[in-house]
Amino acid sequence: MLVDREQIIEALWETLYMTGVSFGFSLLIGFPLGILLVVTRKGHLLENEPVFNVLNAVVNVFRSIPFIILLVAIIPLTRLIVGTSIGTTAAIVPLVFYAGPYIARLIENSLLEVDNGVVEAAKAMGATPGQIVFRFLIPEARSSLVLVMTIAIIGLIGASAMAGAVGGGGLGDLAITYGYQRFDTGVMILTVAILVVLVQGVQTGGNVLSKKLRRS
Amino acid sequence: MIQFEGVTKTYKSGKREVHALNGIDLTVGTGEIYGVIGFSGAGKSSLIRTVNLLERPSAGTVKIHGRDISALSPKEIRAARKDIGMIFQHFNLLTSKTVFTNIAMPLILSKTPKAEIRTRVTELLEFVGLADQADKYPEQLSGGQKQRIGIARALATNPSVLLCDEATSALDPQTTQSILDLLREVNRKYKITILLITHEMAVIREVCDKVAVLEDGQVIEQGTVFDVFSNPQHATTRRFVRSVMNDELPEKLLKQIRNTDRQQPIYRIQFTGESVAYPLISQLSRRYDLELNVLFGNITELQGIPYGNLIVEFSGNPAEIQRALLEIRNSPVLAEELNSYAS
Ligand SMILES: Nc1ncnc2c1ncn2[C@@H]1O[C@H](COP(=O)(O)OP(=O)(O)OP(=O)(O)O)[C@@H](O)[C@H]1O
Ligand SMILES: [Mg+2]
Repeated sequence: MLVDREQIIEALWETLYMTGVSFGFSLLIGFPLGILLVVTRKGHLLENEPVFNVLNAVVNVFRSIPFIILLVAIIPLTRLIVGTSIGTTAAIVPLVFYAGPYIARLIENSLLEVDNGVVEAAKAMGATPGQIVFRFLIPEARSSLVLVMTIAIIGLIGASAMAGAVGGGGLGDLAITYGYQRFDTGVMILTVAILVVLVQGVQTGGNVLSKKLRRS
Repeated sequence: MIQFEGVTKTYKSGKREVHALNGIDLTVGTGEIYGVIGFSGAGKSSLIRTVNLLERPSAGTVKIHGRDISALSPKEIRAARKDIGMIFQHFNLLTSKTVFTNIAMPLILSKTPKAEIRTRVTELLEFVGLADQADKYPEQLSGGQKQRIGIARALATNPSVLLCDEATSALDPQTTQSILDLLREVNRKYKITILLITHEMAVIREVCDKVAVLEDGQVIEQGTVFDVFSNPQHATTRRFVRSVMNDELPEKLLKQIRNTDRQQPIYRIQFTGESVAYPLISQLSRRYDLELNVLFGNITELQGIPYGNLIVEFSGNPAEIQRALLEIRNSPVLAEELNSYAS
């Protein structure tokens, strides 16, 4: 194999770093956006058609751009935000633009699954819109929220591997530079294996947590 | 007190308009248990939901204790809602919270001190008979127990009004009975005015003081449960009353009578309250030369008042029958000819 143990650990770390940090920022954008998509829709707590339509359209636009294109399309913006367009940190910007709207959609779906009767009961007991969201909708959706966040993290692991294509580092970078360009099948198999284990781990963790939240 | 004054509700879905309520005038007195009954789609849910503004009336006003609640600001509406408890057909509990927290929820929302919440919730758990279930989750409980949580939650903020939207429709008859008993106790113990809607006449008979019959968004009949049950005016009301009173001649017997050549009048005789003890039949048969053939009879209780029904065939000389009927008219019992009614 053309790579040593240290390089692999470094690449794994970069992948975890990209996924973790971009997940954090995506959540920061996606969570409020998801809530807004729920409460501004017709017949909901803070019905507001213009706001809903704009947010909905923005999310749809970002959701329809393939990540590999988003990656290069927003290079100028990336340079503006982090000062460079290559490297692990630079990869986080497109990852957030990719995952933020995605998470918003997932959260929106989760919250919409909550039985409308719960919202009715909350209104009937005099809850404010904020209380309804944070004390009723989110706690009631928490098990499903954990599951969709699991999906989002797995999506980010995959996308972060693609970011390797533009010099973002991480396991994807390793697989492309050594496994693909230098025909090192060993590296290819190893990186794929690590990614599989990573994804399996996240999925299992998410399932266990979600189940636990559902039971109690 | 809840007053509906010319309340209408129109739903617009696209170009189509649904007139769910068409001018409702109704007054629910303080401390009453008022039942609204109607078939599916009559507008019952729409009506009850205007009281706490889950649905805003399209026109007209709903006043609670004399105050028009649709004129309030959002903040005032939320405050008013804390004085109006509501329970639901499907309970609408938080599955992610324990029984204790579910009941505590309205208090948590009003930022009540923890110690106070504990005292109040413990008291309510006791009242609804779930003291030993505080740490369970709703899913671990039966339908009846869930509705008890719903009731306890609705009472947490000491409301003066309780709204019940088909509160027993998802329960079996026995559980229904126990929930209705609990509602009656709520009414008595806490002096809470209860407005309930249902499509089951048995529920009305069991707990209500007054009843209104709703059809196509209009009140077609209203009054005390006793009056409406013993003397229903409208065909729809009769159908509802029949569903529980079982005071009709069995179909088979009716056919038999119609098939014979006998042209004897059949009368329904109603005894209410004190007249139940009136020895009508024995008196008539002693005084007149008549055969009194009792085809059907039953006696029940309505709101604690005995209520009896006899269906009697009179046979004998027509003149003698007329005299007997005259005597009935002058007695405290009610009689109506059934041949026309039943056919
Ligand atoms: N949100 C809504 N949008 C449009 N139409 C509605 C809405 N809610 C109720 N309706 C319509 O209004 C009418 C009255 O409905 P409502 O739910 O008040 O009846 P109900 O007496 O409670 O019936 P049920 O016994 O089936 O619950 C029905 O024709 C119903 O389809
Ligand atoms: Mg209804």
